[in-house]
Amino acid sequence: MRLVVPLQGVAQGRGGLLLGSLIPCALFCFLQLYLKRRRSPSDPPPPSTSSSNQPGMTRHSSLSNLLSRGPLRISSLATSIAKPDDSPYYMGLDKASEDPYHRIANPDGVIQLGLSENRLCFDLIEKWTSENLRDWVMGREGGDLSISGIATYQPSDGTMKLKMAMAGFMSRVIGRDVSYEPSQMVLTAGVTPAIETLCFCLADHGNAFLVPTPYYPSFDRDMKWRTGVELIPVHCRSKDNFVLSISALDQAFNQTRKRETKIRGILLSNPANPVGNLLSRKMLEALLKFAEEKNIHIISDEIFAGSIYGEKEFVSIAEVVDSEDFDKNRVHIVYGLSKDLFLPGVRVGMIYSFNENVLAAARKLTRFSSVSAPTQRLLVSMLSDARFIVEYIQTNKKRIRDMRDLFVAGLEELGIKCSDSRSSLYCWADMTNLIPSYGEKGELELWEKLLNVGKINLTPGSACHCIEPGWFRCCFTTLDKEDVSVVMERIRKVVGSCTSCG
Amino acid sequence: MAIEIEQPRVGLSKVAVSKTHGEDSPYFAGWKAYDENPYHETSNQSGVIQMGLAENQVSFDLLEKYLEEHSEASSWGKGAPGFRENALFQDYHGLKSFRQAMANFMEQIRGGRAKFDPDRIVLTAGATAANELLTFILADPGDALLIPTPYYPGFDRDLRWRTGVNIVPIHCDSSNNFQITPEAMEAAYQSAESMNLKVRGILITNPSNPLGATIQRSALEQILDFAVNKNIHLVSDEIYSGSTFSSSEFISIAEILETRGYKDAERVHIVYSLSKDLGLPGFRVGTIYSYNDQVVTTARRMSSFTLISSQTQHLLACMLSNKEFSENYIKTNRERLSKRYDMIIKGLKKAGIECLKGNAGLFCWMNLSPLLEKPTRESELALWKVILNEVKLNISPGSSCHCSEPGWFRVCFANMSEQTLEIALERIHKFMEQRKRN
Repeated sequence: MRLVVPLQGVAQGRGGLLLGSLIPCALFCFLQLYLKRRRSPSDPPPPSTSSSNQPGMTRHSSLSNLLSRGPLRISSLATSIAKPDDSPYYMGLDKASEDPYHRIANPDGVIQLGLSENRLCFDLIEKWTSENLRDWVMGREGGDLSISGIATYQPSDGTMKLKMAMAGFMSRVIGRDVSYEPSQMVLTAGVTPAIETLCFCLADHGNAFLVPTPYYPSFDRDMKWRTGVELIPVHCRSKDNFVLSISALDQAFNQTRKRETKIRGILLSNPANPVGNLLSRKMLEALLKFAEEKNIHIISDEIFAGSIYGEKEFVSIAEVVDSEDFDKNRVHIVYGLSKDLFLPGVRVGMIYSFNENVLAAARKLTRFSSVSAPTQRLLVSMLSDARFIVEYIQTNKKRIRDMRDLFVAGLEELGIKCSDSRSSLYCWADMTNLIPSYGEKGELELWEKLLNVGKINLTPGSACHCIEPGWFRCCFTTLDKEDVSVVMERIRKVVGSCTSCG
Repeated sequence: MAIEIEQPRVGLSKVAVSKTHGEDSPYFAGWKAYDENPYHETSNQSGVIQMGLAENQVSFDLLEKYLEEHSEASSWGKGAPGFRENALFQDYHGLKSFRQAMANFMEQIRGGRAKFDPDRIVLTAGATAANELLTFILADPGDALLIPTPYYPGFDRDLRWRTGVNIVPIHCDSSNNFQITPEAMEAAYQSAESMNLKVRGILITNPSNPLGATIQRSALEQILDFAVNKNIHLVSDEIYSGSTFSSSEFISIAEILETRGYKDAERVHIVYSLSKDLGLPGFRVGTIYSYNDQVVTTARRMSSFTLISSQTQHLLACMLSNKEFSENYIKTNRERLSKRYDMIIKGLKKAGIECLKGNAGLFCWMNLSPLLEKPTRESELALWKVILNEVKLNISPGSSCHCSEPGWFRVCFANMSEQTLEIALERIHKFMEQRKRN
């Protein structure tokens, strides 16, 4: 429109009418030509084989349609997810899986210490499955083997049999007289969908959760990707052994409120990932009080509840809520089998809630991520074998403790101290003195060197949003005893070269 | 019937309190009636017969025979083939052997007329998750997908609930056997535009649920052309592809792409599952097959929310890569479904009821419009209630499938024994006789 105004002067002057009509036409033609050239076949096509940028498309009648027709579009969410992930957490995982270490077959491969798997008792699982799995896929209904029991549609939130078996397992894992109510459980295909589903139930797009740092790197994906929720870090520091304080929580809450972002809840990990510390009963009570004051939810991720091997007792938030007069409607627990009972590729997660409305909504959402029926049957069988489960839990704790002691001792010989914790599958190692410069950059330089030169994949603290640079998470439960010295030797090589130039 | 729920002091999300899950609709209300009084051949002969659930139970014996003769498929433990390898393989790519088996199975179903690349297969816990995942990937909240009516009632929930995406119907009617026409597609597109909704794709179900009929080649060509012209995606939900009564009558969008040299393929995505063809909905096995690299990458990453357990993958990989089993299964399953279909059509015809001519699926599309007091949705629901409460059959009313013509009902026939089907047909016969007399 603005172009027309100066042309009025021309139009009103000599030859104005002619020029007044010629110039816009000429401009339009030049615009068409320019756009045509931009869409020439020589333009790089979208990732897949396509011919969507065809010149023929410019033959559309309206100009606005012409400008809006572009390459084939995917959603904004998909566009951001499709980008190559340059975060060290995922890059490290990829590199280790492309060139995995094997003591005999690939001794120069990358040793994976960034993946939270507990393989220490895999032999027990192998033994049990080979001795106990007969005719497990088909059930005996009326004497004949039949598949209809597991073939047909099951309740999407898991069978009652499995829920009861899970309740029994969780009680054994805690080792005290704590009981879990199967009707308050919603089962999902892994813990990842459990967390996401809970998030969908408690928060709208643009709302936020407060999360103590350092935290599990995948929370950024699992809780934010599709829900559109924000995670607000509540920084914990080494001087407090990275234990959360109510004052830090309060500060973060108020600051977020100023931005007019609605906070829906607190996301806790207890035992914590990556630090491994436990929340005391007193702290849990304080958190419940805080949540009541602010009228928000608490999600407690207790996936490492079975990986406790020290003197300190694990207290589930379920116990605290039960014993005191707290509002149960705001408390939700997430649990899963993958850390405490290593069954490869078996995806079973759980939402445990006291809130009927949350359970009702979550149940309906499980249709998008239900546990496979054969898997449910297998687990019922395994979890009901009390003798095996008790032996497994005890042996598991002992082996984690022994491996951790070995690993921590090895690091100490290198002058690397770990935070004091007797739970979870990690050492939270302080390499502050070994990073070339104090900051995230220095930390990532060390991480890269450890990965590419040392061929070990650790998780840098920055991937966990740790406010203090130089801390690294090392998962030691994928190792055999003999591998520990290999790890230490490789760290020594890298660290030695760092201290010489640091 | 309003149920008073005391609002908790601490709030829930919009997703949690929304009604988009649709479980208050007649489609699901009928299931409740069935749950409360289910028919049983011996113990409850006057109960409600479930004809609203599209489950395939006609070929269980074939699966059972395979499992009995091949214990290696279900063996899982020390010394079991692949156990150690599977033990180390954790991520969302899924077992290569399973993806290969699925690709082969999909090729077999299409008579070898299309090829599938196992690396383009993304695994999900059921087709429900696959459809939702694709919607998250192809459309932003507030955008729209065009879907021909009548369509599977679950789409309202699966495609809209968490995604915030809208469905704009492409109206089809009985004048041309509910086939999709270019005019209807264009009308739906314009309708979306007039509501300021950006159309991102068209989703077809082929063979169709609830029609129980395959989409013809010419219509598929027109649908693909439409998607190209509008520069949108095309999702083809082919979960009933193995349940076509004759192999030659099903034409997959994959075949259309093959004949076009895969031009325009990057906008096409196929959803498949083993829940209907193999009768294993409890296993939760679905796939997205996409010709678009970005979609494959994104879907794979997003599938971390909906993974299939490795032992289920292993079991099915063994089963489906056994060519003798899969060929025999596909052939026999088709024959049995065809036989069931003939049985129900004949039975309904005897009772004076006509159905749409079908050639696939686990159901038939029955026309009860002559019985309606008035050609309205209310009359249809009134008739549905009578059939549920008096005839004691749970069938799905066309309005729950967004059918624009009242009086059509979807009737499932593969989730019961032949004897039970006979009983159901007898009840319908009696009901029709009574109505004639009145």
